[in-house]
Amino acid sequence: MIRMSDVSVRFGDVQALKGVSIAVGRGEFVALVGPNGSGKTTLLRAMHGMLRLSGRRELAPEAAKQAMVFQRPFVMRLSVRNNLRLALWLGGVPRAQWNERIAAALARVSLQGLEERPARALSGGQQQRLAIARAWAIRPALLFLDEPTASLDPAAKKDVEALLAGFAADGMTLVMSTHNLGQAKRLASRVVYLEDGAIHADLPTAQFFGGGAGGRAQQFLKGEMA
Amino acid sequence: MAFAAQAQDRFIVMSSTTSTEQSGLFGHLLPVFRKATGIDVRVVAQGTGQALDMGRRGDADILFVHDQVAEEKFVAAGFGLERKPVMYNDFVVVGPKADPAGVRGKDVVEALKKLAASKAEFVSRGDKSGTHAAELRYWTAAGVDIAAAKPAGYKECGCGMGPALNIAASTNAYVLADRGTWLSFRNRADLAVLVEGDRRLFNQYGVIVVNPARHPHVKKDLAQAFADWVVSPAGQQAIADYKIGGEQLFFPNAGAR
Amino acid sequence: MSAFAESVRTAVDLIVHADAVLFHTVALSLHVSGTACLVAAGFGLAFGAWLSVARFPGHRVLVWGLNTLLALPSVVVGLIVYLLLSRSGPLGSWGILFTPTAMVIAQTILVLPVIAALTRQLVGDSLRDGGDQLRSMGARPMACALLMLVHDRWAVLTILIAAFGRAVAEVGAVMIVGGNIDGVTRVMTTSIALETSKGDLPLAMALGIVLLAVVGVVNLFLGLAQRGHGSALAGVR
Repeated sequence: MIRMSDVSVRFGDVQALKGVSIAVGRGEFVALVGPNGSGKTTLLRAMHGMLRLSGRRELAPEAAKQAMVFQRPFVMRLSVRNNLRLALWLGGVPRAQWNERIAAALARVSLQGLEERPARALSGGQQQRLAIARAWAIRPALLFLDEPTASLDPAAKKDVEALLAGFAADGMTLVMSTHNLGQAKRLASRVVYLEDGAIHADLPTAQFFGGGAGGRAQQFLKGEMA
Repeated sequence: MAFAAQAQDRFIVMSSTTSTEQSGLFGHLLPVFRKATGIDVRVVAQGTGQALDMGRRGDADILFVHDQVAEEKFVAAGFGLERKPVMYNDFVVVGPKADPAGVRGKDVVEALKKLAASKAEFVSRGDKSGTHAAELRYWTAAGVDIAAAKPAGYKECGCGMGPALNIAASTNAYVLADRGTWLSFRNRADLAVLVEGDRRLFNQYGVIVVNPARHPHVKKDLAQAFADWVVSPAGQQAIADYKIGGEQLFFPNAGAR
Repeated sequence: MSAFAESVRTAVDLIVHADAVLFHTVALSLHVSGTACLVAAGFGLAFGAWLSVARFPGHRVLVWGLNTLLALPSVVVGLIVYLLLSRSGPLGSWGILFTPTAMVIAQTILVLPVIAALTRQLVGDSLRDGGDQLRSMGARPMACALLMLVHDRWAVLTILIAAFGRAVAEVGAVMIVGGNIDGVTRVMTTSIALETSKGDLPLAMALGIVLLAVVGVVNLFLGLAQRGHGSALAGVR
């Protein structure tokens, strides 16, 4: 789906990514883990095409349809419906399909009935689900998520995880950064460990948590799992 | 309500002085002219210096000011067609009723000499207006060189007649004013007319059509119509008819000189 | 204190008797300043939005220049426009000096920096919050900025109210380019200036009170419209 080869990103004096290479195949659910400042967010943004980078970024043709869900959702001061309309418009979806897609998206994230509400009047968890609905409405082949449940309460967290599992089951390719190793274990098919702008481990989930990860990653696991 | 383009094109822009507008003369005179000719006169009122400058730039069709020396220079330099005398009013020296400088009387030059000696407060318009030009002439006649050494209480405001009177009223100062503005001035406080009637205080107004050779767009015919009308018996009578509180302000003298 | 009381009484009298000249003067003030605001909004909102996303060498200088223009005295704007429109000036052939059109032009120039500078700041702040997410959805930078104008529409309205206030309250520019011609270019502020210079201070104050009252009514309607659209709803973030 997407291949990053020897990608580096710098912000001013800081080298956020140092020659990172990663390839994600169709249908994979990749979890990016690592300490703060390790470059998880930067890698996500770089993969999503939001940053200037050196190195190579290659996309499969169907990977052109992408979306991203951010840690703190930004919804416009419009109704829920109009927020979705905006996403559909920006995503190039034909107007004729809008009503149906809006209904389907809201149903999928369990926000049906709230179409006319001001989006800003929703709770934090609801706004994040709206952001996910917004992303899903354009039927992306590739979905990026930057710590999507970090600012949610446990109940909302469970709801979102169920949604993501559902997307994966439908065949969507997902790349998600998370601080929550349990979440990574529950959802991901593959775990990538970053530290200090470089990838230090890249393994199927079972192997990663089963002791297959190398020195640095092991230390991190020990520290986080304690 | 048509704000942008006025339907009728028969109007001229007249550059005049604040004394004629603020005394209310135009409010009385121009409707009479419009009735007689159908021509609208749009007055931009400012100091004589500014008014002449407007004429030089070609932003006015006709001038109606009161500084004969400057007016004649204007015509001589080719900016105006011809200067015609129209009317005169007079200046008065206004000051606190108590008159600490003791200037009360009929002689403006003596009055200014006393003012200079007494260090009393005097407000000057300082704005190159006709009134200001006259004031400077009186100081010169009194032997005071304003440019070189101002008297102790002399204050220049760079402002119009009304604001100068306002300042004089609030600070109990002396000021040279034209009678028209004084009569319609509502904020007199403790001020009163102290010097009047001196022949030298007579203030001559002239009308000049801006020269179309300099500024081809000038509405010469309409402007000339006003110039001709205001010196005609009809115009002169209208000027004489204007009174405030029964007092005539402007004295038509188109036949003179 | 009695001067104030007299002014208030005169103001009420003027309004109640709906003096035709006063009505025309007020209408002209609203027309000139309102038109100037709308025109300046068209350019200023777009320019401010563009500035918040544009990146080019000299960008900082442009922003500094814009912020400095906020202090442009109205009388200076009047002078500049006068010299441009004067018959001896480059645009003299337009022949619009001493007309309401010239006044609109002068006031547009006066409030354009206000709208642009405040818009730039407003949109810039909102873009810091959500610009990334809009870009992620596929919006190009200028589209993000324009979307933020929609997102912040009530703040934009406040900016326009401020600009309108600046325009309707100024006297320097309209006096010079309009000439305060009775019945043609005399607006509320130039009337106030004229009555002040004639020494009729109570009338000048009364006119000032009338002007504020009129603007107050306009703002009342705008405020009601805002409430109606629910931006004051509880729970909205």
